[in-house]
Amino acid sequence: MTVELLLDDEWFAVCDRDRLTPGRGIAALLPDGRQAALFADRHGRLYAVDNRDPFTGAYVLSRGLLGSVGGRAYVASPLLKQRFDLASGECLDDGEVSVAAFAVRAR
Amino acid sequence: MTTPTIVLVGHGMVGQRFLEALADRGVTKTSRVVVFCEEPRPAYNRVQLTSYFSGRTPADLSMVEDGFMARHGIELHVGDPAVALDRAARTVTARSGLTVAYDTLVLATGSYPFVPPVPGNDATGCFVYRTIEDLLAIEEYAMTSRTGAVVGGGLLGLEAAGALKGLGLATHVVEFAPRLMPVQVDEGGGEALRRTIEGMGVTVHTGVGTQEITATEDGSVSTMKLSDGSALDVDLVVFSAGVRPRDQLARECGLPVGERGGIVVDEQCRTGDEAVYAIGECALASDGRVYGLVAPGYEMAETVATAIAGEAATSFTGADLSTKLKLLGVDVASFGDAHGTAEGCLDVVYSDSRAGVYKKLVVSPDGVLLGGVLVGDAEQYGTLRAFTGSVPPVSPEQLVLPAGAGAPVALGPSALPDEAVICSCHNVTKGTIRSAVTEHSCTTVPEVKKCTKAGTGCGSCVKVLGRLVTAELEASGVEVDKGLCGCFGQTRQALYEIVLALRIASYAELLDGHGRESARGGDGCEICKPAVASIIASLAPTIGAPGHVLDGEQAALQDTNDHFLANLQKNGSYSIVPRIPGGEITPEKLIVIGEVARDFGLYTKITGGQRIDMFGARVDQLPMIWARLVDAGFESGHAYGKSLRTVKSCVGRTWCRYGVQDSVRMAIDLELRYRGLRSPHKLKSAVSGCARECAEAQSKDFGVIATASGWNLYVGGNGGATPRHADLLAQDLSDAELVGLIDRFLMFYIRTADRLERTSVWLERIEGGLDHIRDVVVHDSLGICDELEALMAAHVAGYRDEWADTVNDPERLARFVSFVNAPDVPDPSVKFVPARDQVKPDLQLLAGPVLPIRTLEGTPAS
Repeated sequence: MTVELLLDDEWFAVCDRDRLTPGRGIAALLPDGRQAALFADRHGRLYAVDNRDPFTGAYVLSRGLLGSVGGRAYVASPLLKQRFDLASGECLDDGEVSVAAFAVRAR
Repeated sequence: MTTPTIVLVGHGMVGQRFLEALADRGVTKTSRVVVFCEEPRPAYNRVQLTSYFSGRTPADLSMVEDGFMARHGIELHVGDPAVALDRAARTVTARSGLTVAYDTLVLATGSYPFVPPVPGNDATGCFVYRTIEDLLAIEEYAMTSRTGAVVGGGLLGLEAAGALKGLGLATHVVEFAPRLMPVQVDEGGGEALRRTIEGMGVTVHTGVGTQEITATEDGSVSTMKLSDGSALDVDLVVFSAGVRPRDQLARECGLPVGERGGIVVDEQCRTGDEAVYAIGECALASDGRVYGLVAPGYEMAETVATAIAGEAATSFTGADLSTKLKLLGVDVASFGDAHGTAEGCLDVVYSDSRAGVYKKLVVSPDGVLLGGVLVGDAEQYGTLRAFTGSVPPVSPEQLVLPAGAGAPVALGPSALPDEAVICSCHNVTKGTIRSAVTEHSCTTVPEVKKCTKAGTGCGSCVKVLGRLVTAELEASGVEVDKGLCGCFGQTRQALYEIVLALRIASYAELLDGHGRESARGGDGCEICKPAVASIIASLAPTIGAPGHVLDGEQAALQDTNDHFLANLQKNGSYSIVPRIPGGEITPEKLIVIGEVARDFGLYTKITGGQRIDMFGARVDQLPMIWARLVDAGFESGHAYGKSLRTVKSCVGRTWCRYGVQDSVRMAIDLELRYRGLRSPHKLKSAVSGCARECAEAQSKDFGVIATASGWNLYVGGNGGATPRHADLLAQDLSDAELVGLIDRFLMFYIRTADRLERTSVWLERIEGGLDHIRDVVVHDSLGICDELEALMAAHVAGYRDEWADTVNDPERLARFVSFVNAPDVPDPSVKFVPARDQVKPDLQLLAGPVLPIRTLEGTPAS
């Protein structure tokens, strides 16, 4: 099984599905130079958001811890701990801020 | 009308309290206030003077809030005592020649130490024990002394003896009365006290007087001759044979003084001259007594301030002489009619010589509690004192029996009436404390302390205070959710017990079985995941969990620092700190660090913990750097973990001319023993080779200071934002005793602390504080010491270097790439610019909305 991200109407293959540990993220380099942070939750659902932490500018979201609140998965930035909804990219601690979220699948 | 002038002579604790009372009543706004202070520093806490020797600085002891004098426009002249009063002209003249005219004069000149008129009492090496300056002089002289004697076995004398002992001197106490602390305790209490104090290595001589002190040719103390014909070879003598009121100024200007001293005052503390008041230890109160305790002094200060402010007159007609103190680690308390002088009164006595506990209650024939003496265990002092004068709700014998003996008695502060005085230093009643919670919305002990002043004097009531605040909060229906986070309703301590008892080695199992209903089946959160990971890691060998923090499910629970075994920095790079046990390192290893840093372009900086931090490594570089370091004999320094960081040391006896033990060896032993130990927060330690404390052990979670006969263990110290001096847990330990005690202390901390709670906060928060911790880890009051030691032994046996394990495991190594789909591409966002001959993060690169677009090959996209 391969994990794929939807980029401009095309699925981009990132890595083998078993490279993803539940609860832990990994970073992927996209063809246009952007970076994505990929996650799997404990039920096997996959998520991908932009890897850049908008609060610090550092490319570190893939190294945050995954959590869930009310059934919605989020990642907490490892730098200053702001949380981002993994499905929508919205920051849960600051309504003005969000990161890009990517459609993701494994096949 | 001109502004009236109030002159205060003497700026001690009572003087300062008087100034605060004036300010509280707005008098400082309408009057000029001038203060003359003989000592070179403003008022400080003389009651806690001895704590200077356990690390409190003169600044810590200050009683004056920053900016207090300026805020209230008070003119304070330190180091300039008043030397003459002219009552006719109403002026005070100071040593500097400054003369101030007064409308109202308040004398708070305190007392002076009584030095018995024995020949030789002025030899070099004779001291009194009254001021910070006295202590500084004793400390310095003790450096060249071996044996010291204290004349006087009262309260201060025993404190002085403790101080001499702590300075490494062989110590004698000489008391003229047939027992120690004759004023406060009875014969039985004195005996219990004596045994305990002799058990600490202090030699006690009672029923003998000092006849003569002989000096060497250069005039320094050499021998002390006693009334029983014996002689002691001593280098240093401290006189602590009571105090006398300082009434000289009053005498000289003709104010009435008592036969045995003390300025005569009436119930309003007014002297024979209506413009002159006297308060505190210099005053002879209207009941014919001179009070040498601070609480009555405070009451007098309030009385006079009230009178000056023109408020309804209060009066001071005498005070309770109850005291509770800790002498050389022994609780001693007496209250009410401690000696049973009331007619027909009866005793209830509990005595356990083995444990050094003696308790006596004095009751009237009809059961009214009149007073008592407590030695060795004064836990119930606060409650008992508050019941004095009434018939307690349970029988007296139940009150003196130790906990666990006979029927349990839960006579907490909730049983007290509202008018019971909880804080006797500041005369704060239970009712006042309750209303601080109910009416002033205080929800914590510090808030209540600030609001009521309760617990800010001698501090002996803080424990009762804590229980009252909790009880009141609970009674008013405030339910504080003590849960760890949104996922768990338990505290960290409760989770620890669950993990240990049920041998749960999986976070998911813990969450689904014990989490809050709403969180079960979910992914947890960033708060509980690392906390549970830490608990499982601390208990790993015992509960059969995989020990390595990167193994199995554990890998997903750790914060990034623990996950990558390095410290994340602001631009996404990591820093690396190899372990340098005790701060001792060979030139070869220093060179390796230099070479590694140079080859990988790392920024290097010496840390506060005597090691070297290398900054700016990308994730993909970490294993290569570790491989080089591990090859050279280094291992992980756990700078990234909530775990033992370093054990600092000074060079100790090996090199230093002052050192008395090998502090470096001990620091290395301790660091290697506790390395890798996961705990609720980071742990720092240090070992100093002598009392000069160059390793700053008293600012550490556990600090060790060498003594001539072993090691003193201090715990709960902290630097950082809320510095705290560590408390002495135990003295003069052998190597094995020291290690055993630290094992227990650390494991008890790991077991009971909250998440991210440093030992300093834990120590203040945990019910019973230091005393409770000492009971548990020294006296094994919970019977868990064997278990704590076994847990530590399992940790020590199971330790493995996390770096070496990672470098040698291809599966783990696979995680150390910047990009899962491009393992050979370095992260382009981690870039550096030059700064002071090294590098620093290129923050401009991070500041833009997104990185400049580039292709995988690194050339700009079209």
